[in-house]
Amino acid sequence: MKLVIGIVRPEKANDVLEALYRAEVRGVSISRVQGHGGELDRVETYRGTTVKMGLSEKARFEVAVSDDFVQPTVEALCDGARTGEVGDGKIFVVPLEQAVRIRTGESDKAAVTPVVKK
Amino acid sequence: MSALGAVLPIAQVDSGDTAWMLAATALVLLMTPALGLFYAGLVRSKNTLNTFMMSIAAIAIAGVSWALIGYSLAFDGEGALIGGLGHIGLSGVGFEPRGEGTIPHLVFMAFQGTFCIITVALISGAVVERMRFGAFMVFAALWSVLVYAVLAHWAFGGGWLAEQGTLDFAGGVPVEMASGFSALAAALVVGARKDYGRQALLPHNAVYVLVGAGLLWFGWFGFNGGSGLSTGDSSVLAFVNTLLTPACALLTWFVLDLIRGKRVTAIGAATAIIVGCVLITPAGGFISPAWAMVLGFVGALPCYVAIVWRPRTRVDETLDVLAAHGIAGFTGILFLGLVAQASWNGVADGLFYGDAGQLWSQVVAVVVTPAYAFIVTFILLKLVGAIMPLRASEHDEAVGMDVTQHGEEAYATGEGAILLMPETDGEKKLVADPG
Repeated sequence: MKLVIGIVRPEKANDVLEALYRAEVRGVSISRVQGHGGELDRVETYRGTTVKMGLSEKARFEVAVSDDFVQPTVEALCDGARTGEVGDGKIFVVPLEQAVRIRTGESDKAAVTPVVKK
Repeated sequence: MSALGAVLPIAQVDSGDTAWMLAATALVLLMTPALGLFYAGLVRSKNTLNTFMMSIAAIAIAGVSWALIGYSLAFDGEGALIGGLGHIGLSGVGFEPRGEGTIPHLVFMAFQGTFCIITVALISGAVVERMRFGAFMVFAALWSVLVYAVLAHWAFGGGWLAEQGTLDFAGGVPVEMASGFSALAAALVVGARKDYGRQALLPHNAVYVLVGAGLLWFGWFGFNGGSGLSTGDSSVLAFVNTLLTPACALLTWFVLDLIRGKRVTAIGAATAIIVGCVLITPAGGFISPAWAMVLGFVGALPCYVAIVWRPRTRVDETLDVLAAHGIAGFTGILFLGLVAQASWNGVADGLFYGDAGQLWSQVVAVVVTPAYAFIVTFILLKLVGAIMPLRASEHDEAVGMDVTQHGEEAYATGEGAILLMPETDGEKKLVADPG
């Protein structure tokens, strides 16, 4: 069981969702975050004030999956989020100790993708 | 008339009329930022400022082109197709009234100028969220002269359309139909947004939309109420009808929303206000208040149908300028050919009151105006597109037009923003040597 964390461009979030859906990955959380990677800073001007925007808006995906689904999930995140320009984001895969589905009390593999129909 | 009046033509100016027309001009100008707000609410948050700025740019571009040449082409002389060059750069436009008017020529010119401005701004609704700001400004300058000034001459300036009897009180021809059908052409030439038909592209602030619609309605009292160019009966009639028709259009919209989705929607209501105001624009000073109410109830129907149908097509005429202005203006122009009453307007009867010829004159206008506006806009944008890109790159469109076109954000938080000091020697020293 792994937690796949993908930090992507917000304008690519819909494409990532589509790719995840096609890879049959179910169950995903998204949050808006701000971050700084290697991208060029953007300069904005408000009257006399000129600023360099050091942080960019990003969308953070968190997907908990069983081991078989790690690779498809990573591929879906890459496919959906890639533009080829600096600033496309990062994917982190971290080990997951336990997962519990609150509604049923099921735990671990039964609680994460793949969702088994009963 | 007094002996003094006969000696000094300037005495023909009526102070009451002038006072109202000065206020009406300011009211119409307010409609353009109001439209910017209305449009800004209807787009995604990353395009708020760019959308708003297209309306602001219309004030700059059309305001100047109008004074330089547009006004002359629209209102100088009685040529059938186009006016003369006598008023270029506002030469000969002074304090004395134009023709038989009762307001200074300057006020007349400014009032008509605000119409040109809002019409240019209206078209931006078709191309928001992807058209380059620079290309839009070039297009706006050319369109304000080649389409607006020409159609204004036909309808208001003594051109052939008015000569053959078309009645248009406040701009069903040069403002509403022209912007609506030009918007369709613009949407076709510029092309759909890259995510159109793939993703839900939703309005980001319905409150802006409602406030914008409210301010537009407020300004429309000057637009219609000022189009009598006086404080006379026709202005009073148009003013009152501008209250009645949108109210009726709102009720129709509520009912249609209920039938279609079981709920009355806020953005639908804002749309209905615009549709109602447009419907009464050509007819305001010509039809009775009772017929104005009927126009609101009935005229909203084709506009509603067009707004529901358009997103099912591939045409990304983004903010439905065609439905809200083109179709509504079309309907208003025709409707007045049916129900105009000489007993109310002192000018002409429509079909229902015995003059079928009036309806025919209106039919000519609704055939020729859309054709002219669509064709000229189509060619114009193709030409502009041949010398500069009309669209932002896919990347810029994805990041958002606010940041890429203007280097600003509508909702900047300041988080992560690093202050750059002004580039003067003294200031640099301060930063470099903080101790």
